[in-house]
Amino acid sequence: MDTSIIIKAALILGGTGLVLGALLAVASKIFYVEVDPKVELIREALPGANCGACGYPGCDGLAEVIAKGEAPPSACVAGGAEIAKQIAAILGIEVKEEKVAKKALVRCGGGKNEVAHRYIYDGELDCEMAQQIGKGPSLCSYGCLGFGSCAAACPFGAIVMGEDGLPNIDWHKCRSCGVCVEVCPRGIITLVPEDKKVHVLCCSQDKGKDVRSICKKGCIGCKACEKICEFDAIHVVDNLASIDNDKCTQCKKCVEKCPTGCISVLLKGHHSVEEVAGTV
Amino acid sequence: MKKELGKKPIEEASLPDEIVIPLSQNLGSPCKPLVEIKQRVLVGQKIGDSDGFVSAPVHSSVSGEVVAIEPRLSFSGDKVLSVIIAPDGNQETSSFSGFSESEAKDADKVRVAIREAGIVGLGGAAFPSHVKLSPPKDKPITDVIVNGCECEPYIAGDHRNILENAEIIIDGLKIIMRVLGAERGYIAIETNKIDAIHHMNNLVSSEGNMRVVPLSVKYPQGAEKQLIQVILDKEVPSGGIPCEVSALVHNVGTTIAISKAVREGKPLFERVLSVAGPGIKESKNLKVKIGTPVNHLIEECGGFKGEPGKVILGGPMTGFALFDLSVPIVKGTSGVVVFPREMTIASNPRACIRCGRCVQVCPVRIMPNFIGQYIEVGMIDRAEDADVMDCIECGLCGYVCPAQRPLIQLIRHAKAKIIADRKKGGS
Repeated sequence: MDTSIIIKAALILGGTGLVLGALLAVASKIFYVEVDPKVELIREALPGANCGACGYPGCDGLAEVIAKGEAPPSACVAGGAEIAKQIAAILGIEVKEEKVAKKALVRCGGGKNEVAHRYIYDGELDCEMAQQIGKGPSLCSYGCLGFGSCAAACPFGAIVMGEDGLPNIDWHKCRSCGVCVEVCPRGIITLVPEDKKVHVLCCSQDKGKDVRSICKKGCIGCKACEKICEFDAIHVVDNLASIDNDKCTQCKKCVEKCPTGCISVLLKGHHSVEEVAGTV
Repeated sequence: MKKELGKKPIEEASLPDEIVIPLSQNLGSPCKPLVEIKQRVLVGQKIGDSDGFVSAPVHSSVSGEVVAIEPRLSFSGDKVLSVIIAPDGNQETSSFSGFSESEAKDADKVRVAIREAGIVGLGGAAFPSHVKLSPPKDKPITDVIVNGCECEPYIAGDHRNILENAEIIIDGLKIIMRVLGAERGYIAIETNKIDAIHHMNNLVSSEGNMRVVPLSVKYPQGAEKQLIQVILDKEVPSGGIPCEVSALVHNVGTTIAISKAVREGKPLFERVLSVAGPGIKESKNLKVKIGTPVNHLIEECGGFKGEPGKVILGGPMTGFALFDLSVPIVKGTSGVVVFPREMTIASNPRACIRCGRCVQVCPVRIMPNFIGQYIEVGMIDRAEDADVMDCIECGLCGYVCPAQRPLIQLIRHAKAKIIADRKKGGS
């Protein structure tokens, strides 16, 4: 076999490689795009989940606007105070306000054992799609459907479907991005201040009698909590108790009074975050 | 099954103990109640109306006393504000009068009469008829099609209507054509109703501008756009409505209601429907008062045969499966179809095997296989690019799918999302 063919081929390929490499090197100098090195640093500091809670197109988008000064260092909702500090340090400025972090809360206590289904649902396991078929198989038209769309959507893996058919949100992992709030077709997930632990775990605006007939843990609008509250923090509107978090002092009197147990202290309650995290 | 039911004459259904008339039976803004609790109402009395253009009033179907006005479960699973009437059995009628021959020529008057009679499309979609009869000025209608295809399996209400009320259908078609200034009228009937075709042919032969079009038996031939394509050889553009190709389609039941509203002033308070299927003791074609609960009709037909598995309001392909049989019959209900437990299988969806059967059967020529996969992974925008909005939800793709994929559910989900997005963008 003629070795010259191999040598020729090697030379041609190698030569072409060298010429093109040189061209690329020159082009990269000529067409160099100035990038603020801060963008790269900020991008690394951000959580990188691309949850979109900030309103910008992903973490890259947010990093750019923060570097330009168009958004404050605390613009990352999911990051919280810790990441805001890091970003501020990169920018060489200080974070002004320190907000209490918010966490997602599922306002429903009616799991598999409490609420029956009114028909056999035999479709896609997705809450929104189930909701489209006769407004969902759950007898309660307000409560959790239990197909776990929130768990599937959570960019931080903070939501796990419990054995009771309700989502458990791990507050250690929750970054309050609000993706689950958006995704829930029944709108039962809200963001609440992290330091407030007393909540009404029900969304049903049905009359007390109707709630009783379908769910053991629902709010029946009896107003017992409203009467016992010394701080005017809890009111029954549309057959549903709601707590004003600004006025609530966490005295827990309503929790003791509630006949159905739908007002819960998150420490001991049904959705206990600590339980999931393994601290209780 | 369908053929045998087509031989059974329409029977008058008995009055139930309670009539539930939802105040929202069609698209558009819901009606406001015009009656009070304990008030006595007569047959045909208007009990709810709305100011919206795309809406139709509702009328009492019985004489009796209003016992409650409260939200009641409707077939869609929603609780809809409804007027509940306890019939007294006398069926005392409120006085209504029709138009004279000269008045019936005034198109605007006829449109008002049709709206006041609360007429909506009786084929299933329940779209207010007076809106259909008011096309934009720059798009005149030249061809009117009366839809007697009834391509859904099991049901035969339209078939009986053609056999028993053919003269009224022809009169209704004449009224519609006059209102619109249309030149040609067609009565479309599938060839599995050969007796209806012959009967109609005999009556129509004297009319110069009308003809009966026999069509081969093929689902979903009775869908508006498909019918226009097969009869007029014109394709309604994507996202468009039939008036863009100068055509209009009305169901036979609607045509009868229009004729009765104009000639007699009779509002739409009863309709013909089939209670059918392998899960019912005796299938029947019934003339039913709007607001009759489904379970009353099932009793009327001798009850269930065996253990019921599925009760569907409408045809089996496009209807709604019910979970509560107390829901009332509404204007858009074309049938009640019952399947026994052994005929309803739990679906076991698997991955798409790319056989392409759904693509072959799709009447609007979209690709449900790809669209389904896009939606499954949340790529709604890709589904929109693949023309998911053209889907008429006939259900064929899911029916033929050997992997039992819930294609229609996925497509409906995507359509709802896209419509919601467009609304958000528009406001």
